[in-house]
Amino acid sequence: MTATYRIIVCDGTSCLNSGARTLTTVLKAQLDKHGLTDKTTVSLSGCLGMCDKGPIVVVNPGYTLYGSLTEGDIPEIVEEHLVKGKPIARLAIQEDHLYNRFFRVFGDAKFFGHQMRVTLRNCGIIDPESIDDYLSLRGYEALAKAVTDMTPQQVVAEVEKSGLRGRGGAGFPTGTKWKFTAAQVGTPKYVICNADEGDPGAFMDRSAIEGDPHTIVEGMAIGGYAVGSSKGIVYIRAEYPLAIRRITKAIEDARAHGLLGENILGSDFSFDMEIRLGAGAFVCGEETALIHSIEGARGMPRPRPPYPSVQGLFGRPTLINNVETWANVPVIVLDGANWFRTVGTETSKGTKVFALAGKVVNTGLIEVPMGTTLRQIIYDVGGGIPGGKAFKAVQTGGPSGGCLPEQYLDTPIDYDSLAKAGSIMGSGGMIVIDEDSCMVDIAKFFLEFTQNESCGKCTPCREGTKRMLEILTRITEGKGQAGDIDKLERLGKMIQKASLCGLGQSAPNPVLSTIKNFRAEYEEHIHDKRCRARVCENLVTYEITEKCVGCGACRKVCPVTAIAGGPKKQHVIDQDKCIKCGQCFKTCKFEAIAKV
Amino acid sequence: MDNKKITITINDQQYKVDAGQTIMQAADQCGYRIPRLCYHPKLSIEGACRVCIVQVAGMKNYVASCAYPVADGMKIDTNSRELRQARRDIVELLLDNHPQDCHTCERDGNCELQRLAYSMGIRHRHFEGERKHYDKDLSSASVIRDPDKCILCGRCVRMCSEIQGVHCLGQAHRGFNTVVMPAYNMPFAETVCTTCGQCINVCPTASFVEKNHTQELFEKLNDPDLIKVAQVAPSVRAAIGESFGLPPGRNMEGQIAATLRRMGFDYVFDTQFSADLTIMEEGSEFLERLQAKGPLPLITSCSSAWMKYMEQFYPDLIENISTAKSPMSMASAMIKTYFAHKIKADPKKILSVAFMCCTAKKYEASRPELDVNGMRATDIVITTRELGWMTKSAGIDFISIKPEKFDEPLGLSSGAGAIFGVTGGVMEAAIRTAYELYTGETLIDIEVNDLRGFKGVKEAKVVMDGQELRLAVAHGLGNAHQVLEMVREDRDRFHFVEVMGCPGGCIGGGGQPYATANSIPLDEECLKARASALYGLDREKTIRRSHENPDVQRLYREFLGRPLSEKSHELLHTHYKAKLPRGIVSPNLKVV
Repeated sequence: MTATYRIIVCDGTSCLNSGARTLTTVLKAQLDKHGLTDKTTVSLSGCLGMCDKGPIVVVNPGYTLYGSLTEGDIPEIVEEHLVKGKPIARLAIQEDHLYNRFFRVFGDAKFFGHQMRVTLRNCGIIDPESIDDYLSLRGYEALAKAVTDMTPQQVVAEVEKSGLRGRGGAGFPTGTKWKFTAAQVGTPKYVICNADEGDPGAFMDRSAIEGDPHTIVEGMAIGGYAVGSSKGIVYIRAEYPLAIRRITKAIEDARAHGLLGENILGSDFSFDMEIRLGAGAFVCGEETALIHSIEGARGMPRPRPPYPSVQGLFGRPTLINNVETWANVPVIVLDGANWFRTVGTETSKGTKVFALAGKVVNTGLIEVPMGTTLRQIIYDVGGGIPGGKAFKAVQTGGPSGGCLPEQYLDTPIDYDSLAKAGSIMGSGGMIVIDEDSCMVDIAKFFLEFTQNESCGKCTPCREGTKRMLEILTRITEGKGQAGDIDKLERLGKMIQKASLCGLGQSAPNPVLSTIKNFRAEYEEHIHDKRCRARVCENLVTYEITEKCVGCGACRKVCPVTAIAGGPKKQHVIDQDKCIKCGQCFKTCKFEAIAKV
Repeated sequence: MDNKKITITINDQQYKVDAGQTIMQAADQCGYRIPRLCYHPKLSIEGACRVCIVQVAGMKNYVASCAYPVADGMKIDTNSRELRQARRDIVELLLDNHPQDCHTCERDGNCELQRLAYSMGIRHRHFEGERKHYDKDLSSASVIRDPDKCILCGRCVRMCSEIQGVHCLGQAHRGFNTVVMPAYNMPFAETVCTTCGQCINVCPTASFVEKNHTQELFEKLNDPDLIKVAQVAPSVRAAIGESFGLPPGRNMEGQIAATLRRMGFDYVFDTQFSADLTIMEEGSEFLERLQAKGPLPLITSCSSAWMKYMEQFYPDLIENISTAKSPMSMASAMIKTYFAHKIKADPKKILSVAFMCCTAKKYEASRPELDVNGMRATDIVITTRELGWMTKSAGIDFISIKPEKFDEPLGLSSGAGAIFGVTGGVMEAAIRTAYELYTGETLIDIEVNDLRGFKGVKEAKVVMDGQELRLAVAHGLGNAHQVLEMVREDRDRFHFVEVMGCPGGCIGGGGQPYATANSIPLDEECLKARASALYGLDREKTIRRSHENPDVQRLYREFLGRPLSEKSHELLHTHYKAKLPRGIVSPNLKVV
């Protein structure tokens, strides 16, 4: 008798790249071959983390985590594991056995062991398109508890007591927002889920919805009950088709089960939801811009006050929270604010999801308790820096976050500590930077993004970031001038303090933090015309070393005939002719060309 | 605003101010004037330029004083060293992305950005770099859009949508590339732009200007073969003084007549004369419809921006629109027929120039429906602003010139013709005449106060021969929208509706002089002063009813016959047709 298995294939970007879809096809064929198709479910999930070990496949029950699979591994998994019931140790990811105290862990991998999955608690564990799966893991119990055992005031009080702060970036106390919205008289009121995740490289909201859409539906319904709203809107970017499909299905299924609609669970509370698609403007993650976008206007922020809780969508009181914030709500209602407060730090409670990326061994989504240090994340969860390179900085908070050097590695992650260190929590981007990166170039890269995504409304953000970018560009091109650093700081500080919305107020962060922490690199660029990471093309010189075997390959590709040398003799680059295109460097098979 | 008084501290001094207002409003009360740019009291709060930033104690960032409310105990700093530098840098950032061509700019010397940069003490530059470039839009007959000069304060966008209800403009693109443009960057001429020119009035720079016809006119004035004939709209005389530093509200009609003759015009006529003529035709049209029971309400048609607005958004009301041409077009039609005949001249040799408070009249003049005997009736339209420039350019001493009179036979006007320039004036003038034509009695109390003032929509009732007439007046197209919705809902609600496209009527036209250093665009006090000049003109006249104008009577006697005669219909009336905005077809719209 063969057991019934549920197989989850990670469908995240990285796993897709390493062949997840082909694996799925092969897997289905194999299941068919062994007559297991009816007894096995195969579902796709959002990013499970550990992108470097992709493609990832989880086999349940048993939570066996397979990684780095190839098509050839599939027949073995099906025959040995599914037919004979013997998981294949060779293919499973196994590291130090650690477990998560409160929630079931994925598997016995170190990567997961340091994590604590509250908001992502069901991701990868349930079939996101099955409401029964969600219900089987205490799904909608929180909503039931709220509408039957609690008054709206009690729900608000519970969220307030939990100490939950907005996960969208600013960290505003969620309970306070709820209290303000609840205090407004009159109907209609609106509840909005901000799923306009715009940070490049951030995909926590997308994965949360793709992996566990019902949590969002449940959280929003609870929010609607608490503040007296009967209408919820999920504002989600159109670039997330799978998330859109799943949240749409979740809403439909919840409606069909009487968990949305009129008189939910026999109570007086009625609540329904709809989806609005965003067109992909970064600034539409700002709440007033998002509201304008839903209203059909151009997504531009407006000055606050009035805050959305008083005057929001269509001028009505509106409760707007980020996806991750909503995902915490059912847990707080179900397990109580007291439990929630046990996780995290004094001022930041609960956990935080990060998109760990950059020069780190394990990349992907992680969720850790607030207060975990940067060092723990980078070295224990992330597995350190690959290739024996030295750590240089970690950039937190997405494109508008700051870059923190080594001395901040023991900073516990919470809103206030990160701010004090000169960065931000943001929505949870985390990029690890090693010695091969130029900090001026990094600052320029991030500013380029925010500058492009500025809505163009307020002067400091629209014009000021452009001038900062111009100064950074000329520094990286070797045309930096004395006084440029002062100008960057003068503009940056003004933009921070004078901009209309959070986008502008945080856009200078990467520049100001790199000036603060890596000032020497700026000065080298400006005064010595040197880029120590050898990233800035104009500041690099190519030289041919004694490793040269005289093959002539570099001489042939050089577009300006700057390389001379005979057969089997060390070649030489004429620095006056060289245009620093780097073709010789890329062509040399003997590592004989050095960037100096 | 609630009446509670609160205590705030500005720059270490305590003040008692009204609660419920913004920091800027409170500071204004306390003798401060925080520098500002995108703010305009008649428009919604944009908070975009960040020039009016202040520091509030306990807040990490600066706040825009135009948007942030005061609170009891609030400590505000408006002038710290740090703030001054930030504010200066913000204005410099605007300059950095602005053409450096002040000397050849139409707004040179009258530019809010220039004034602001000067007062911020920007004497050298720190951050110069790339400047955005977009092509000028020259397609419109009236308004030129020059995005290179735009500093994105958004006043035009708000004016166009909030006050005028046209919604022609919006921001497009992002970040540094942001630009104000019509939807899909369509040429202005093909958009819903009504050519009212209010964007020009509120623009702090020269991003919107009228299409300038001064050089063309100077050229033609040099042509010895042409007979140069001018007409001057009522509102021009009430505002042109401002172009020469005079306070608003001085009637300068005599100086204008004298100036135009020195500029080379052979005849200078008064559009107030043809306003009287309009009343004869429109008043008669109203009585005819009243007796024939429809179609009512009759809606006035003399505002050109309003006509374009109606054709685009309310084509279902075309049958309600008076077919009478505007006073400008009536005068031009008479110049090229009646007057040409009188002086035995070939009308093709006549150059008919209209001096108007209005940019939309440039568009109106180009409408082919208004041609007379195959000729353009109005050859050139010059705004009040352009007249100011031309006068200075021609070296005429406008201030001390000896006033002269308008020429006959199209120069004499009643007081009713004068008040055409103020909202409610056309209605008031029409009532003065219609009452007498209908009842056979003279209306004694001729100043209809319910029709005066700057309320957006005014309603009044007049009883004629026992019949109650319900009247409505709207100025500004946003207000027109409100009245027209009432009409759409209930066609019997009003008998007669006056609509003027611009706030305040023609006195607030898009071609009027720019606000000066100490005032703001469309300042209500300024509009009131201009209005009082026209009401004063009315009161000074012995003839205050259009039908009593002897030259109008002579025109009917000698040429037209009677109001609504066949000749009148040929020369003084026109027609309108639906011009639905591109891509918009409303299934509910009954297009006439």
